[in-house]
This record gives sequence, structure tokens and C-alpha cells, in this order.
Amino acid sequence: MSDTHNKEVDQISGVETTGHEWDGLKELNNPLPRWWLYIFYATVVWAVIYWVLYPSWPLVSSYTKGVLGANQRQEATAAYDKGVADRAQFADKIVATSLEDITQDQDLLQYALANGRAAFGDNCAPCHGSGGTGAEGYPNLQDDTWIWGGTLDDIHTTLLYGIRTDNDDARFGDMPAFGTDELLTREEIDQVSNFVASRAGVETDADVDLAAGQVLYEDNCAACHGDNLEGIQEVGAPSLMSANYLYGNSLDDIKAQVAAPRNGVMPGWVERLDPATIKSLTVYVHSFGGGQ
Amino acid sequence: MSADTETHEGGHSEEWFASAKKIYPMATHGLFRRIKWTLLFITLGIYYFLPFIRYDRGPDAPGQAVLIDMDHTRAYFFFIEIWPQEVYYLTGLLIIAAVALFLMNAVAGRVWCGYLCPQTVWTDLFLWVERKVEGDRRERIALDKDPWTFGKIRKRATKHFFWLMIAWWTGGAWVLYFNDAPTLVWQLLTFQAPMIAYVWIGILTTTTYLLAGFMREQVCIYMCPWPRIQAALTDEKALNVTYRWDRGEPRGSLKHNKELAAQGMPAGDCIDCYQCFQVCPTGVDIRKGMQLDCIQCGLCIDACDNIMTKIGKPTGLIAYDTDENIERRIEGKEPVYEIVRVRTIIYAAIIAVVGAIMLFTLLNRDFADISVLHDRNPVFVEQSDGSVRNGYTVRLSNKRRHTRAFMLHVEGMPPNTQVEAVGADSTFAGRPIIEVGPDTTREVRVLVSSPPWEKMPQSTPVTFRITESVMGEVVTTKDTFKAPGEP
Repeated sequence: MSDTHNKEVDQISGVETTGHEWDGLKELNNPLPRWWLYIFYATVVWAVIYWVLYPSWPLVSSYTKGVLGANQRQEATAAYDKGVADRAQFADKIVATSLEDITQDQDLLQYALANGRAAFGDNCAPCHGSGGTGAEGYPNLQDDTWIWGGTLDDIHTTLLYGIRTDNDDARFGDMPAFGTDELLTREEIDQVSNFVASRAGVETDADVDLAAGQVLYEDNCAACHGDNLEGIQEVGAPSLMSANYLYGNSLDDIKAQVAAPRNGVMPGWVERLDPATIKSLTVYVHSFGGGQ
Repeated sequence: MSADTETHEGGHSEEWFASAKKIYPMATHGLFRRIKWTLLFITLGIYYFLPFIRYDRGPDAPGQAVLIDMDHTRAYFFFIEIWPQEVYYLTGLLIIAAVALFLMNAVAGRVWCGYLCPQTVWTDLFLWVERKVEGDRRERIALDKDPWTFGKIRKRATKHFFWLMIAWWTGGAWVLYFNDAPTLVWQLLTFQAPMIAYVWIGILTTTTYLLAGFMREQVCIYMCPWPRIQAALTDEKALNVTYRWDRGEPRGSLKHNKELAAQGMPAGDCIDCYQCFQVCPTGVDIRKGMQLDCIQCGLCIDACDNIMTKIGKPTGLIAYDTDENIERRIEGKEPVYEIVRVRTIIYAAIIAVVGAIMLFTLLNRDFADISVLHDRNPVFVEQSDGSVRNGYTVRLSNKRRHTRAFMLHVEGMPPNTQVEAVGADSTFAGRPIIEVGPDTTREVRVLVSSPPWEKMPQSTPVTFRITESVMGEVVTTKDTFKAPGEP
């Protein structure tokens, strides 16, 4: 080992060596620049200060809290509460204003649309799609076909209490199961389905008695779906005139729906969202353009 | 480990690093010094006082001539007001600035650095303070070597106090461009100004104090990219500060050169007095020719001319000249000065063209604007009656200072197309009328439905046209109307 008091100096560069040598190659001792070292020491000091001030060291079942008492969870909650408080002035106005007047007031409309868009993405998009275009079994909110009505108030009621929920005010459309409850025979279901398909422009089976189907329709279906298949909104019976059906547009889909109807459920939001948000959603859905 | 403990005493070590030598620029006087003072007065005068100039734009608009209003995202310059989307005016200014720099370099090298660069200007100001407090070059060198006496401490403290005051005012003036100046000054004095203002004043005070007080020429030599860039922008015809060695060499003391001349030996005019070196703010010996550190400020010309006048020789031993001309003089030809040449004409023309374009666009600036965003989800909606509906987000801008109503019309669609705007104030002949407040924008959702009996193609180009109701100002933008079309 080299003597610390008698450092070897490399002849060529005039730099001290560390005393390390490999195969005749000696390692020069060029220390780091002092400014660099000082900055490094400063970062070490900084880290120690940080340990004292902020939460840092994990313990077995908790962690060191730090003397400043900083807590990101609290910060996030506080930020959320502040956001709610900031929105409160608008929210209060939205609650106090009628739906019709919200659409007439520039500021409230902007707020309602923005708020509605956010709430829609969180709560409605999973079923109705991010653009509100729906899917099979989930109504399209963009077009002008409404099972329960597309006025502001209709949409608002649907949003509040949902469809086929336990709420007393919920909308409840109940189509009998003509097949499973043996109200109609297999043949009769075929006949009435073909009749509806023929009126909606869907390809029908060959040699089916459409006249018999029409009679069956008038006896069993017209009460809800109307004499001319136009649907009756009050009972949530959709129009059967155009093949734009919730549960599929083929003849087989029609037969399946007559035999064992699927009845979709939409949650009521009155317990889950605040009134201002539900109103905002109403205005937002109505603004898609299909609103009546 | 090596057993070789033989030390190489006196091992030669090359110096890898030399600390920058502190330079003590000496005061000088003359033409270029006067130009520098004048420019310093003008530029700093503009910088420090421009925010206080008032300009009346009406009751509910800021009354400051030059203002960058971050809160409302507007920038004002006297009669010009620009919105963020018109920030391309800034692009024009930057192009002009760049080409102006090219032009300066083509005419006289790095004169930007020598006369107009903020680093140069503030360093000049700080040097002036330093000279006033501590004295000129010799006194300052002596003072640095002096022990710390009360007098030295007093001088140093005075100097740094004034430096910090100037630096603080520099930072202070900066923030005045972003808010109403008189109000902000009062807020700053009463400690009611927003934190961001104090932070920026702090940052710029620090940078001014460090860069102009301590780093000075180091900024030009080591930090700034201009020396490297401008070396590539200058050419052999540009007038650079040049030591005319054809006249100056061989150099020697006044006495020595007189003796040489008396003997009929060649003797130059340069008397090796080092005045040119001592006045140089970047510590350059210009007699070594053009070099990276030289900022073309011409102070050595002033210093040399003063000496030449004293010893009864013609001035201009150091002057704005070209190496080409030195060669020509040696060959006995007349020197040529080609300031106006293809290169400078092109640069000047570019500046003129860009300036003209900017002026034209500014004078023909629209005071209304429309932007349209087609719904992406869904692209179109088929309605039960067979019509097709497209949704658009339309944003209208009103750049006037009063509320205006715009009538929206969609062109390129078949007759009986329905256009409705969610939240429109009224309609006229089926066209929505939308009111937009003063100096602001408004977003509306526009629904366009084709007539039920029309079979629309997959894509129809349409034009959104807004017409202002009073002046009849018209702005249009293009978009498309999508439909299922032929599969």
C-alpha cells in the first residue's frame, strides 16, 4: 500500500496516483470538483431535513409522520372539498332554476353541460356509451326515439327514479312473456312476429299467415303498442314501426322478445347523485339533439 | 500493489485549467462611447418607463399602452390587441429580429453584442456605478489588493447597494408589463401584490445582479450561443473592429519607433501602449485579430484614436474595417466598403416583406372568429323520420368591446336543412342568432339535420358562415356533414 504522506505522482500528467495498480497501469487520483462535492453534501443535508419535516421512514405498521404534519390524503380531500365549495354557487342556482330556464341562461347552460358531460362519463357511459349512442339492450340517447319520452322533464324523471327499480316513482314497463307464460303457442308467436316484421320492413318467413298475425296483434299487443304499432310512451311501449329495436332488429330477435321479453333496468340516481348533477345530466342528454 | 515507490520529483504537469482573470475595463471617451451611452439611455429608458405610459381603450379595458394580460389572455401594444390564437404576430417579430441580426452581422459583425445586448447594456451601467464608487481601473486593481479597511468596506457596500437597487428595479420593471403598472407599484410597496410578482422580481433581481455585476464578459464567452452563431453570419465584407496591422507594425514604444524611423527603418504607428486592451470590456487584445471574445463595441477604437491624436498621428489605427482592405492597402489599392451588396439587400428586403405582411394582416384583422369541431362520437345520428343529424361544437369570438349578435348559416346543405343551436338567443328565418359578449368567446352546440327525403352522401363539404347583425361582418369556416351514405 502506498504511504499517505508520500503519494506517488504520475510523471506524465503530474497527478497523484491512488496507489492502485493493475498490470502496470496506475490509477490517477483526480478528485471530483469541490463545487460538485458541496452540492452533493447539500443534498444529503436536505434529505435529513426532509426526514424530519415530512413523512418518510416506513415503520412496521405505520410510518414517521414528520413534524410539519403534511398528509397527501388530507390535501387531496381538502382540494376536493374546495372544488365542491367552488361549484356550490352554481349548483345552488341550478337547483333553484327550472330546467327550461337553465337552457335559456348562458352561464348556467355552460355549467350544466360541462358538469353533465363529466357526470355522464362517470355514471352513464358504461351502458349508454361515451357518446350516448347506446348498444343492444341499452337505449340510444342521441336519436329521437324515446321509450319514456325525450322532453326535459321526461328525461329528468327517468334519471331520478330509473327504470324498473324499487323506487315507487320508477317507470315500469312490463311486457308479458307470451312464450314462457304460455299465453301464445309457438305458431302464434311466429305469426304475430312476422306481422310486426312485415310492418317494420324486416324480411319475413315464407308462407306465414300474416292476417292471423294481425288479428293476434290486435288482441294481444295493440293495448300497449297502439293500433298502428306507433307505441305508447305512457306505458313505455316502444314504437314497432321502424326496425330500430332495443333488443335487435332481425325476425329471430322479434320472436325471442315476444316469447320471453327482456326488460332492461336503469338505476335511479336520486339516492346517488346530488340534485344539481341530475339536472345537469338532464340538460346534457337533452342537448345531444334528440330531445323533444 | 506496486512496490515501486519511486517518486518523480519535478514531474512536468501541464495546466489543464486556468481560472478566468478578472478584468478591470478602463474608462474611455469618444464617438463609440457616446453612441453606447445614447443607446443605453434609450433602451433602458424604454424598459423602465414604458409600462407607465397610458393608452385609452375605453372604460372596461386596461389603460396601459403595453401590457401582457395573462389573466384574460390578451396582449396590448398601443392600438394593437392580440388574442392567444394570434400569437403568430410574435412569430413575425421573431423572424424580423433574426433577419435584423443577420443584417447587422453582414454590415458590421457583432454590433448587437457591443451596443444593444441587455447583457452589454446592464454591464455598462454596473461598470459606471463601479467607477463612480471605486474609481477607474488602477484604483480598482489597488482596491482588490488592499486589506479590508473601513474605507474599503464602505466602498464595497456602497457599490453593492447601488447594484442591488438597479437589479431590483430591473426585476420590478419586468413585472409591470404583466399588470397595471401604477396599481402594481402601489401593491408592491404595501406588500399586497400577488406572490408571483415578488417571486419574479426576486429571480430577475438575482440574475441581473449576478450577470451584470459578477459574470459580465464570462456570459458572452462561455454562456451565450451568439458568439458561435454570429461568427458564421459575418463575412469578409463585413466591417469588423480591426487593428490595421499594415500601418501599426512593427510596434514599439514611441521613442523606439521614432529612432527606427529616423534611421529609415520600417516603424509602425502602434506604440504598444495597451490602451486598447485596458479599455476592453471582454479583456481582448484586438491586435491579435478577430477573436471569439470580441463584441465589436468599438471602445478600443476610441482609446486608440485618443492616443493617436495625442502623439500627432492620424486616427483609425483600429477601426471598423475588413481584412480584405488591409490586403488591398498592402497591394497599394484603394480600400472598398461594400455595405450595400446582394446579401444586405436581401436581408433588408426580407425584413421589409415580413413587416409589410404583418402590417397588412394587422390592418385586415377580423374582429370576429369562428371555429368548428365536428362531434366524433357519434359522427352522425339517424333519426326515425329518415333524416340524418350531425352535431358540432362551434366557438364564436367577438373581438369588439361591445356585445354583438351573430347569425349562423350553414351553406352547402340541401334546402330545408334544419340548423339549431342549443341555447341560441333567437332565430331568424330558421337561422340561429347567437349573442357574444364584449371581447370574449362563446361556445354553442349546433345540430344540423338533413331533410328526411334527401339521401345524403357519406360526406358533404359545408361552410359555417356567421354574419354580424349590425356591421354585416362575415366570417366562414369549412367542415363536413357526414351520413351513412352508400355502404
